[in-house]
Amino acid sequence: MSEELYYKSARELSGLLKAGEVSAVELTQSIIGRTKAVEERVGAFNSYDEGDAVSQAEASDQRRAAGETVGALDGIPVGIKDVLAVKDQPLTCSSKMLENFISPYDATCIQKLKQSGAVLWGRLNMDEFAMGSSTENSATHPTSNPWNLNCVPGGSSGGSAAAVAAGEAVLTLGSDTGGSIRQPASYCGVVGLKPTYGRVSRFGLAAFASSLDQVGPMARSVEDAALLLQAISGHDLRDSTSFRAEVPDFSKSFESLKGKKWKLGLPKEYFEKALDSAAMEPVQQAIDFYRELGCEIKEVSLPHTEYAVAVYYIIATAEASSNLARYDGIRYTHRAENFDPKDSVDVYNQSRAEGFGEEVKRRIILGTYALSSGYYDAYFLKAQKARTLIRQDFEKAYEEVDALLTPTSPSPAFEKGAKMEDPLSMYLSDIYTISANLAGIPGMSLPCGYSDGMPVGLQILGKPFREEEMLAIGQVFEDAHDFKNQHPEL
Amino acid sequence: MSETGKIDIDYVAKLARIALSEEEKAKFSDQLGSILGYVEKLEELDTEGVEATAHPYPMENVWQEDVVSSELPVEGALRNAPKQRQNMIVVPKVVE
Amino acid sequence: MPTILRTNTQSYNFEGLGKMEYEAVIGLEVHVQIKAESKIFTRCRAGFGYEPNTLVDPVIMGLPGALPVMNKKALDGIIKAGLALNCRIPEVCKWDRKNYFYPDSPNNYQITQYDQPICEGGLVEIELSSDSRASMGEHKRIQLTRIHLENDVGKLNHFSEDSLVDYNRAGTSLMEIVTEPDMHSGEEAFALLTAVRQIMVYCGISDCDMEKGQMRADANISVRPVGQKELGSKIELKNLNSITGVKNGIEYEIKRQTRELKKGNTIVQATWRWDAEQGRTESMREKEDAHDYRYLPDPDLMPVRVDEEWKNRIQSEIPELPFDKQRRFFEEYDLPYTITSVLVPDRDLSDYFEAAAKQSPKMAQAIGNYVTNDLLRELSEAGQSLADCKVTAEHLLSLVSTVDKGTITKQIGKDVFLEMFKSGELADAVIERKGLKSDFDDDQVKAWCQEAIDENSKSAENFKSGNEKALNALLGPVMKKSRGKANPQTVNKLLRELIR
Repeated sequence: MSEELYYKSARELSGLLKAGEVSAVELTQSIIGRTKAVEERVGAFNSYDEGDAVSQAEASDQRRAAGETVGALDGIPVGIKDVLAVKDQPLTCSSKMLENFISPYDATCIQKLKQSGAVLWGRLNMDEFAMGSSTENSATHPTSNPWNLNCVPGGSSGGSAAAVAAGEAVLTLGSDTGGSIRQPASYCGVVGLKPTYGRVSRFGLAAFASSLDQVGPMARSVEDAALLLQAISGHDLRDSTSFRAEVPDFSKSFESLKGKKWKLGLPKEYFEKALDSAAMEPVQQAIDFYRELGCEIKEVSLPHTEYAVAVYYIIATAEASSNLARYDGIRYTHRAENFDPKDSVDVYNQSRAEGFGEEVKRRIILGTYALSSGYYDAYFLKAQKARTLIRQDFEKAYEEVDALLTPTSPSPAFEKGAKMEDPLSMYLSDIYTISANLAGIPGMSLPCGYSDGMPVGLQILGKPFREEEMLAIGQVFEDAHDFKNQHPEL
Repeated sequence: MSETGKIDIDYVAKLARIALSEEEKAKFSDQLGSILGYVEKLEELDTEGVEATAHPYPMENVWQEDVVSSELPVEGALRNAPKQRQNMIVVPKVVE
Repeated sequence: MPTILRTNTQSYNFEGLGKMEYEAVIGLEVHVQIKAESKIFTRCRAGFGYEPNTLVDPVIMGLPGALPVMNKKALDGIIKAGLALNCRIPEVCKWDRKNYFYPDSPNNYQITQYDQPICEGGLVEIELSSDSRASMGEHKRIQLTRIHLENDVGKLNHFSEDSLVDYNRAGTSLMEIVTEPDMHSGEEAFALLTAVRQIMVYCGISDCDMEKGQMRADANISVRPVGQKELGSKIELKNLNSITGVKNGIEYEIKRQTRELKKGNTIVQATWRWDAEQGRTESMREKEDAHDYRYLPDPDLMPVRVDEEWKNRIQSEIPELPFDKQRRFFEEYDLPYTITSVLVPDRDLSDYFEAAAKQSPKMAQAIGNYVTNDLLRELSEAGQSLADCKVTAEHLLSLVSTVDKGTITKQIGKDVFLEMFKSGELADAVIERKGLKSDFDDDQVKAWCQEAIDENSKSAENFKSGNEKALNALLGPVMKKSRGKANPQTVNKLLRELIR
């Protein structure tokens, strides 16, 4: 049984741990074993510390043996995207800039995970500073899609998605600024959830674009994603953008919302564009499923959708250009050596040239330009106003429907290298996910089928602070299908 | 937004404090030109009288009381410093 | 060495310019740290004089993932400052990032308020010095543009080969008070800083200790021919780190610019610094992109709404301000300028004075004299502050009353005060213990007077023939006979009676 442990759900494992049928150490060893077996091919991690994981697992077993109150995730290995601060662990953001950085403090969501008893497991690869859609923009290595090692896992949380898909972690944390959880989830055939902006504290999340970033769970099932979301959600005094909203008990709401006939909207702008038809088929079947279930399926309009990519790339890069200014070669980052700086400006210029990868530089340059003297009103302010219109589109749509159904991505995972030289086409592939970040609403991707053997994701966009509804809608579909038990052959 | 495609890459790189190579400059100018060309579609959007969104869920007066509760020992603060002396970060002589 | 910017404009005819009259126009940017336990955007301790980099946390170091959260105390502080300086407090203000790279700024952006500051406009009453210290100088009102809140930066320590950065100061709550170009001399700028400092200290917003960097100033200085409406090109003068530095630096810079203009040179807008040691200003090297700050609303912080209730609460905490107090002291206690000008700048001293004076306004001047002369002198000699003083206002009042009643002489009163100051005894106890009471009957004093007249008959004659001053020659011997305890007024009266 042990060799199968790594693919069991957190819910089931929790029961096994509780019943004493499995120990946290056994489970953690199983994950470590699986990781060692496949990691060379998948490359989901930047680093992991077996000894540390085992001692966390031992502590969990001791808690349980001593009858001390144990958290919901006690003993469950959770992989952490390398963008979250964990005390005394590396925090690299997959960047040369932070290659030797050890965090002296814990992110709030990490503190919460520790309180829930989770075994923090490794540092997961990503696009550098979460900028990218393929995890190819990593200073360490590209991660492979476990379903086809020649394909990208998506990004930026590609390591988090691949690790869950490959059984290298039971659950993982990712971060989503424009689709960075949902798109890799769809590419890797797992569930990924971006919570409502403000639901999960950003304290300790290395910022890409502060007004868009959210930390969220990745899992192999909707229920597991809910379990992890439960553990990390809640108001935090250390994040001024954290929302004082009550966090519902997601597992209870699954019960209470069971059998509800949802009103589901199909944003016509998302469906009228030329889509990879093969990728659309599973999405259409999912829509049909809900229709047959008795849900009301309704076309809605989000008229400003066509501006979303433009708005996103201005706001995200402008905020990033400021957020990433702190990585400067002075206090804790990579500092250029082997040259004779005449002043600190030289240190900045050279350290940033060496420390940042190409995509990060490109976005910093774009964002700097958009904020520079004479361009602010035309770019940044205009984008902020357009963002208001995009938000209002969703507000209107939600007057008519409970949630929206869309594809997560225009196409399934593409081959490595396919889009590296064409940033614009890479950016345009975020078209279905970025609006949720601009509007701040929650979004989730769950597997709904395959196209040429590669997973396809269905995106559910929910009402703000109503993650439970989105989860319940997803679970009905998941329960009626067997995608959560489908694993890539590795 | 009329000067799109003509980004002054030298000036912007200087502002961003990144020493770009000549190849990077040429490549970025090109790519950013086409991205800005795409972004230009925003021009056609009428945003007259529309408020700007700075936060998805704006709140007001989010603060804490003035009570000390956060610290980082000097060892932790300087743990990752590329160069330090006397518990301070060393930087090349700053010309004011 | 810095280069002196000097552009010759030979193409213009400047003949006769040498005789032209010039005037300076000055605006100040005054930075004041708000006194608080923790920093402006994190609850890390704020303070001065700690070991390097011990007042830091993830937010102060700008670590990845760190986020700012406002300090309520800093907001209260700046609203108080704004109300005390007659500013408008708009309903809503917000936070912006000012992006620039500098090693003392951990995020390489400063969180500040760009287009929606918390305080707008404002007026500061200042007093210029007069020809004599005994008379009040001219009062003026200086217009403020705005006051906004921002985070302070760290401190660079320069060495020959490199610089060392200490982030202890970084993140301290800092107000920037921006004046209109409304001043015309170093003297006025000095007076403005003095007035601002007194108000800040009065209100408990800041100690404004310039040596600790709690108050700093930059000046924008331009010079133009008298009568010209447009402002000349301005020089931003930095490093004015003491109140006299402000005065000297500005005056030097005005002279320099005037000299340049008289020579026919133009002033190029730039940043200069005051070198207090060398006693001169010098130009600073500037980056070409130095002013492209790429402001953007800080996405990590929410706006601040200040409602009437909040404003009213803060307003109720603002004490009577120095010039108002001075005017009231003139009116209620009929104090001379010389006493008020010592009392008023020090709120505690004023309060001490008033605790005694309001019980007996007719003795206010005598009380004021004790406070501004004897008390201050003794405190200073003992190196004590008013809080340490053993003589309470109540005790001082009883001493002054005793003198007023003639129980002891004024001169003895001073000695009694000294004793009180040292021992903490009450006036009566000192007088009793040392037997200082002038408790002679008039007959005894009369006898001494007669003796004095007899011994100094010539003086008595002189007085009799109209020389008023001659009486003093008789007064001294009588006081001597009484060992100083006789009441001079009584002696005076008796002498006059006896001689007539």
